[in-house]
Amino acid sequence: MTAALAALLIAALVTFVGWALSGPFRAGTREPQESDERRALESAKEAKYAEIRDNETDYRTGKLSDADFRALDRQLRAEAVEILRAIDLLEGRAAGAPR
Amino acid sequence: MAFAGHLVMVVALVVCLYGIGAALYGARHGRRDWVDSGRRSVYCLAVVLTLGMVILEVAFVRNDFSYTAVANTSSTTTPLLYRVAAMWSSQEGSLLLWVWLLSIWSSAAIYLTRNRLRDVVPYATSVLLGFGAFFTTLLVFLDSPFGQMSSVPTDGAGLDPLLRNPSMLIHPPMLYSGYTFFSIPFAFAVGALIVRRVDADWIRITRRFALASWMFLGIGILLGARWSYYELGWGGYWGWDPVENAALMPWLISTAFLHSVMIQEKRGMLKIWNASLVLGASTLAIVGTFLVRSGVLDSIHAFTGGGLGVPFVALIATMVAGSVYLVVTRREVLRSEHSLDSLFSREAAFLLNNIILVGLCFVIFWGTFFPLISQAVTGTSAKVGPPWFDRYTVPLALILVLLSGIGPVIAWRRATLANARRNFALPVAAAGAMAIAAYTVVPIGSSVPTVILFCCAMFVLASIGQEFWRGTRARRAMSSEAPPLALLSMVRRNRRRYGGYIVHTGIAVLFIGVAASSTFQHEQELSLQVGQSTHVGAYTMRYVKATSHVVNDPSHTGATLTLGAVLRVTRDGKYVATLRPAADYYPASSILSGQVVADLISGDAVQQVALKSSLRRDLWAAIKPLGTTLPSTGVQVPEESLVALGDTTILPSTPQEKQLEAAYIELGAIADAYRRNPPPASFTLISSPLVMWIWLGGLIVLLGGLTAIWPPPAARRGRIRARYFARVAQELGRA
Repeated sequence: MTAALAALLIAALVTFVGWALSGPFRAGTREPQESDERRALESAKEAKYAEIRDNETDYRTGKLSDADFRALDRQLRAEAVEILRAIDLLEGRAAGAPR
Repeated sequence: MAFAGHLVMVVALVVCLYGIGAALYGARHGRRDWVDSGRRSVYCLAVVLTLGMVILEVAFVRNDFSYTAVANTSSTTTPLLYRVAAMWSSQEGSLLLWVWLLSIWSSAAIYLTRNRLRDVVPYATSVLLGFGAFFTTLLVFLDSPFGQMSSVPTDGAGLDPLLRNPSMLIHPPMLYSGYTFFSIPFAFAVGALIVRRVDADWIRITRRFALASWMFLGIGILLGARWSYYELGWGGYWGWDPVENAALMPWLISTAFLHSVMIQEKRGMLKIWNASLVLGASTLAIVGTFLVRSGVLDSIHAFTGGGLGVPFVALIATMVAGSVYLVVTRREVLRSEHSLDSLFSREAAFLLNNIILVGLCFVIFWGTFFPLISQAVTGTSAKVGPPWFDRYTVPLALILVLLSGIGPVIAWRRATLANARRNFALPVAAAGAMAIAAYTVVPIGSSVPTVILFCCAMFVLASIGQEFWRGTRARRAMSSEAPPLALLSMVRRNRRRYGGYIVHTGIAVLFIGVAASSTFQHEQELSLQVGQSTHVGAYTMRYVKATSHVVNDPSHTGATLTLGAVLRVTRDGKYVATLRPAADYYPASSILSGQVVADLISGDAVQQVALKSSLRRDLWAAIKPLGTTLPSTGVQVPEESLVALGDTTILPSTPQEKQLEAAYIELGAIADAYRRNPPPASFTLISSPLVMWIWLGGLIVLLGGLTAIWPPPAARRGRIRARYFARVAQELGRA
């Protein structure tokens, strides 16, 4: 009884693993919709926003002078703009790409 | 079923090897379908190993002694909860737990990155499956958890009584989770270096896994310390044991990494350093696993011997050589994008913190491996003890605690003198007040490092308190929220920052506990007869009466005999507490003919510590009632002879069941005699201040870690994104 159960278990396991890993041998693998570059830029944008927020918190908790804060904030926002430009450029390219 | 279990391990190994091949083939030939198949191999590995875990756990729960692992580490008298945990007390079971946890965390990481870092992920998948292949190879060819006994015993040897402690149920899974979680940043670092994509993207994606590793390792280390304090009967929580050190080293390096990645994320600096820390921490995690298993160093926590040393050395050598090769050949792309603006900045404080942490790790590494180093150089193995470790680690720890107060109040890039004066005034004043208070209360000559640590800790608590107060005030100015709500909103909006601050608070509290308990502890080790008293610091402890239990053990660990004492503790004549230390005795692992009574109690004896714990002080007591030789007279206590006498009353010709019944009757008589006419017992009595602060500090650290690891609310991200999009779009329109 136990041996039969064990045999059944192993057969089910091997079938499952075989099915799960046989993707390259079957047609119709879906490509993800969002590009890697777009996700990287989104991630960079989030990080830049976090940096801007951090800078604001540093200023409000008295770690930065007015002048230092303004200079740094300007620089960080300019960097955020560059990232957004890159995202726009990518979106523009994607929209213009032949389907 | 054991054969099925073995086949499951073979399937796991095949899945690993296939996955490595598929992911690498997909990466080299740009075949997304093969990369996906490699990714699915990680999920399959998790499923396959879960099945293996279930098969083995069922064997433990059902007391199936045909399995070698079950027969060697469990028994019918082992309580169910400990039978479940007995799996990872065996070498082979713990290896299975290691690779199973690796497969679970790897699946989570690979799933979360399924549409990201597409060039890096195939290599990361291969590295993770490479670890999987290594461990499943050990399980298939060298140390199978499904090994069979040549003849099935009627009962097993039982779980080591020292491990029958609630902390030990979760300590190994926590430590192994810590070790295996760090494989993920390691794998992504290797992938990023292979494809030369060394921006901060892989760090952002794997940061939470590094934080999880750090948290789990920290919990595991603290649980180990608690187990040592409650179970080992020496009254300490840290003994600089090689296995304890093995967990501490990767924790220190991952602490350094969690700080220095912020510099890479913000400034694009320290890329070589960060890559080296990730590679180093993961290698140290494997070194820790190797130390526990190889038997190269003496430790009460290590598995003895085994043939696993050579494969682990080969793995470590491969990791070190591969890491060095990758960092050296990628040094051009790893060059920093900026340089340090000022030595008076948060970056500089983090850098110093990193140097201290790595220095600490080096000291601990040197001390841990000194027996091997001295053996190689002089031919004689020499050990270094706690005083050696303390000499070097205490000054470094003092600087670290101080830095954990400086970092939060100093600005990125460049701090100005005026801001520094404003930010440091309160913490310095608090540290000064603590110095004055300590000078008046504490005998300062004998405890200068402790007083300095108290001052540093007060500096940290004041600087963090100031940060929370100022942040809340700023939040209230913007939102007009009530103070508690403003505090909560502020933490929710800046979880990483304030989670980190909470961690620093916990570290300060923990170090206060460590310093106070190790400096101002009073300890007495002596023999007492019923009615006798002794002084432990300001407390008087009186041995009131002896206690004994047969089978019905108060600690619920499956002990056959429990002998103990009732101690009444007073201070200045006033009652403080009643302590009930005991010693548990367990059956021998194999029954010998003619010694049935002796066999019932001649397994390992374990002290059940009695503890009265409070925020101010711990009163701790342990007892050794049997086998004690009185130092004054050299007379042996009588229980051993009573046991021998009991055995002579049981005739060998009696049927086995009757022998056992008679043995329990004899044991009851001995326990009764012990209670009515107790011999002197050996006691270890300790009064130790602020020990609870260590565990409280650990809980605060855990709370901080959870705060930092928790993802930000999606709605908030969306709002902020919209706000910034609008603003940036406006600026773009003007350009």
